[in-house]
Amino acid sequence: MFEAIAFYLFAFLTTVMFFIAVMTTQALHALTALAAGMIFISAFFFILGADFLGAIQIVVYSGAVMALYAFGMMFFDTTRDVKEKNGNKYIVFGLSILSAVLVVVIFSAPMVTDNISALYPMVEGAGNTQELGMVLFTKYLVPFEVAAVMLLVAMIAGIVLAGKKMDLSLTLMNDAEIIEAKIEKNKKVLS
Amino acid sequence: MDIAYLIETVIKVVVVLLIFSALAGIGTYFERKVLAFMQRRLGPMYVGPFGLLQVAADGVKLFTKEDIIPSNVVPNIFKIAPVITAATAFMAAAAIPFLPQFTLFGYTVHPIVADINIGILYILGIMGVGLYGPLLGGMASANKFSLLSAARGAAVFISYEVVTGLSILAPIMMVGSLSLIDFNAYQAGGIGDWIIWSQPVAFILFWIAAFAETGRTPFHLIANDHEIIDGFGTEYSGMRWGLFFIGEYANMFFISFIIPLLFLGGYGDGSLLGALGLLAKMSFFFFFFLWTRAAWPDVRPDQLMWLCWKVLMPIAVINIVITGLVMMF
Repeated sequence: MFEAIAFYLFAFLTTVMFFIAVMTTQALHALTALAAGMIFISAFFFILGADFLGAIQIVVYSGAVMALYAFGMMFFDTTRDVKEKNGNKYIVFGLSILSAVLVVVIFSAPMVTDNISALYPMVEGAGNTQELGMVLFTKYLVPFEVAAVMLLVAMIAGIVLAGKKMDLSLTLMNDAEIIEAKIEKNKKVLS
Repeated sequence: MDIAYLIETVIKVVVVLLIFSALAGIGTYFERKVLAFMQRRLGPMYVGPFGLLQVAADGVKLFTKEDIIPSNVVPNIFKIAPVITAATAFMAAAAIPFLPQFTLFGYTVHPIVADINIGILYILGIMGVGLYGPLLGGMASANKFSLLSAARGAAVFISYEVVTGLSILAPIMMVGSLSLIDFNAYQAGGIGDWIIWSQPVAFILFWIAAFAETGRTPFHLIANDHEIIDGFGTEYSGMRWGLFFIGEYANMFFISFIIPLLFLGGYGDGSLLGALGLLAKMSFFFFFFLWTRAAWPDVRPDQLMWLCWKVLMPIAVINIVITGLVMMF
């Protein structure tokens, strides 16, 4: 009974929060509602007994939304309303209800036909964290590592884009050019 | 889930809330006294014996002060920001075992609200969410100083979460569990078994990051009095400002519990002596927060970021690699 109450409470809260995030014209309201919605989603993981994923949901998404706040701080005066070209509101409602129904149908279709079974059944005596580790490092090892490499690529790209003089390569320059670049650098410091 | 369990949990929640709200008040008294003695002053001394009732006087002042909402702020966010700080501080307390289990009138009491098996991860996550309070308060305030403090809050949040997480990873690898109860059981054998002896680097890193997470003095940049007034708290008055305060002090107490539980043996074998030992260790770490405030100047924001990304994070990563190698061979 408690699980049902908790599920409906958090389902309602999450939906309301994401609705606010989409519909409001106030940047701070939108960001805060997004953060709150992300944190409420972790409740579903806790209800299902996936404690580790729940905590990770909180840690990762609160940090991710924090970065969005930083962007909001840089681009807007967040205490003022943003003027939005808001088309027909009924289109928003119609499309969101339609997509929600579609998602429910897609995920419930295999359940209705009983065509679904756990490929990696629960290991007796292993905790939630250990179970996740086993699946992640056996069945999903390749996607997991590929995701890590992708993040590495993104990080290097970020460094190259943000760093100064990243278009120069010391290995491709001869000695005279390097000395010239050094003199140039010193000039800038002095001026 | 039976009714007895429900009642027990509710009682535990209420007890933790009451004790730590009161402790937050008394914590301000200790802070003022300790700082005063270190600066050769007397501190609060007129209200009540040794100035002890100063806490009550401050409480009455905060509660009865007018609650001002300035005209240009974003009202909803402005109102909810202090609540986030205080609420998340107490939510984090749910997974902390404050004392060993004891028997009261023949009923075994576990002084932990929810013994989830990912305790430390949950605590760090919720404490991180607590930094939303200063961030939202600063951004909603329509004040340049508040905005600066919010920007610093975001920077500290994104950076020092990394150090806390990485520093704690090496002890977690040794214990093989994320539960604080398991951490305690691992170190129950006495002083020789404490994790600090095998993980001194992780201990120091976690301790440094704790100062950033709670916003205490060497890293007190979010509300740095001498350059940005009170930062996110500039526009707040009365009990809303008081909630920020309660959140900060409650966080200090909780992190002072977590450091001994992780590295210094916690409550040991669960005897009375062990329980008193945990309280003593907690008091020392709380005192150390105040001591640092009296002894150290603040660092600059760029020095804070430099320290995090160029010093602490590489050390933490090297520590993890070495721990992994030692465990493997």
